[in-house]
Amino acid sequence: MLTPLAIELAYWQETIIKGVIGLVAVLLPTGALVYLFLFKMMSFMQSRLGPMETGPYGQLQLLAEFGKFLQKEDIFPAKADRFVFAAAPFVVLVSTFMLVLVLPGGPDATFIDINTGIYFALAVSSVSVIGILMAGWGSASKYSLLGGLRAAGQLIAYELPLVLSVVGVVIMAESLNLSDIVHKQNEFGMWFILPQFIGFFLFLVSVQAELTQPPFDMPQAESELVTGFLTEYSGIRFLLFFIAEFATAAIFSAIGATLFLGGWTIPFVDANAEFMNYIGPLVLAAKMILIAFLIFWFRITYPRFREDQLQRLAWKFMIPLALANIVITAILKVAL
Amino acid sequence: MTTDHITAELDINDNEQLRYIAAQAVDARVNVELETEGMTLNIGPQHPATHGTLRIVAKLDGEQVIKAEPIMGYMHRGYEKLTEVRTYPQVTTLVNRIDWVGSFANEVPFILAAEDLMEVEAPPRAQWIRTALFEMGRIANIMLFLGDMAVQLGGVTAVFYAFRDREFVLNQIESVTGGRFHPNFNRIGGIKDDLPAGWIAETKSVMQKVRDFCDEMEDLVVGNEIFQLRCRGVGVIPAEVGKAYGLSGANLRASGVDWDLRRDGDSRLAWKDLDWKVWTHPDGDSFARYWVRLQETREATYMVEQILDGLPTGPIMAKVPRIIKVPAGESYVQTENPLGVMGYYVISKGELTPFRVKIRTASFSNMSIAPWLLEGVYVPDIATILASLYFILGDIDR
Repeated sequence: MLTPLAIELAYWQETIIKGVIGLVAVLLPTGALVYLFLFKMMSFMQSRLGPMETGPYGQLQLLAEFGKFLQKEDIFPAKADRFVFAAAPFVVLVSTFMLVLVLPGGPDATFIDINTGIYFALAVSSVSVIGILMAGWGSASKYSLLGGLRAAGQLIAYELPLVLSVVGVVIMAESLNLSDIVHKQNEFGMWFILPQFIGFFLFLVSVQAELTQPPFDMPQAESELVTGFLTEYSGIRFLLFFIAEFATAAIFSAIGATLFLGGWTIPFVDANAEFMNYIGPLVLAAKMILIAFLIFWFRITYPRFREDQLQRLAWKFMIPLALANIVITAILKVAL
Repeated sequence: MTTDHITAELDINDNEQLRYIAAQAVDARVNVELETEGMTLNIGPQHPATHGTLRIVAKLDGEQVIKAEPIMGYMHRGYEKLTEVRTYPQVTTLVNRIDWVGSFANEVPFILAAEDLMEVEAPPRAQWIRTALFEMGRIANIMLFLGDMAVQLGGVTAVFYAFRDREFVLNQIESVTGGRFHPNFNRIGGIKDDLPAGWIAETKSVMQKVRDFCDEMEDLVVGNEIFQLRCRGVGVIPAEVGKAYGLSGANLRASGVDWDLRRDGDSRLAWKDLDWKVWTHPDGDSFARYWVRLQETREATYMVEQILDGLPTGPIMAKVPRIIKVPAGESYVQTENPLGVMGYYVISKGELTPFRVKIRTASFSNMSIAPWLLEGVYVPDIATILASLYFILGDIDR
């Protein structure tokens, strides 16, 4: 690994470097998304300016927010299950960090290159449900409990269309390995968004639901449940949830870019060239921003579903559509 | 607790409500198999959905509301009692604070009641300006509702547009009255000042902006499929039930009752001279209430324009003594305020201060239907129904 650097490293050195890169790979896009979309784009769409005082155009607002959360009192509700309450944000955060492992940033720039990459990513992303349930239960608050249970129901319901929407891509690429999927798109001559546009649509909607963002923000429904499972959290623990939420948004956008927009490759550029290891992550980041823009656009525009409507959408519309997409893809794959 | 038990607990005869509950119970059939325990959820007094200090104690079975009871009085300020130690011109300062987003409209019925007792009548120009500002207060008030309803359903963007465009209307009110929220502009026998120069043309352009805002809301909110999913068929009030609970204003008109005091009341204000329409909707659900208010806002902009075009000339104050002593007597005047019918029952004993003032506010009566409406709905629908009933806490508690 780290062959592009062409230096021999001891295992521990490599591990430390990978750890730092992993942290950067999670936190940098998260900060970018929060600043670009949550602070600025949302403000412009809502006819306001957003943060303007901290640094040029409020670019240092993230640091200010970070400092603010660190200073806040770390409150435990009186009846909370202290261990579960304290552990919940870390469980969510762990699932986020494990997601980033399988993302390829270039021909050789991967953390781990496992053959069941996309399967691993989707499996690991479900771990966050446990953290959210823990937060909802451990808070000993009725709002949190309702929010946690809604989240569990929602995440389980939308896990299925998410997995099924990816199957079409897997059939076309004949591989579960994310690097292979990227290379296949390059060989194929077109990004999978064109033949798999139904899959892309389903993926986008399911990701929106997985992230519990509007129109699927029932678990946090501010006007009903205050903020659902986050109600009792403050200070650093709230910050961890916040980072996990937006980091997951960033990583799911990157996975979407990998599956449907050709990942780190640029059309008509040799995918195996040495320099792709360096500009590949940037290309991936640019494509991630594109998909994240869509996600946040929906977030800002739409009101939310009621949870029975949400389940109906998943089970009666999205899953049949995903199955139909798989069948059509499979038939075309065999026929052509 | 089984669903049979829930329906047995409901003490309603109305078919539509029962049909709605039955539809919801089909979804919640799991309750029949699982013996679940009820949970009491205390919504408020500090809660984002109640925009104020309203408290709702809801007994839940899972996510379904078995019984909900609004508890009011957390913001009671005793205005009825306070008016007894204020002179008549001072009372308008107080009553401005009842419905604080459309406050000009609060003063008018009280002043009309006092004018009744004193047997003076404001000159036509004053009445027309009153009507114009009354309608602008209505626009400022309902614009906020149009944005806020979307927020309660999770779409935050609409409310920022509402705040942005409401500001234009408030600026116009401020440039006449000097008060952005609390104009305190009515006097017994007329109004304090005439319109400033250039105000009429400016206001007309603002009314155009308000209409653009209404179009925007029609695109962003009314046309949204999710909004319609969340609102249609939720919180249905049949016309008879609405009347029985004393609903008024757009809440009643959304149930198909064609009743508007601006047209049907014996008003001295300029509405009788204008060409306008009372909007109704046959459905009576949350969507109808939003739709009716949207149409009313648009109608109000046309009314303001008509008033500005046909503004009579003349004085703005009738002859009134400097120290106002209202002759003994009783008077009740009600007008069609932004939130519904608002009335003042004023008893005078011939002194400087009123002997007793009873204030009938729309939100208090509109809120009384909440326990009936909230029975059997899901928790998310609480937010929809409360938002669509549109109450201002100051208007409930006074």
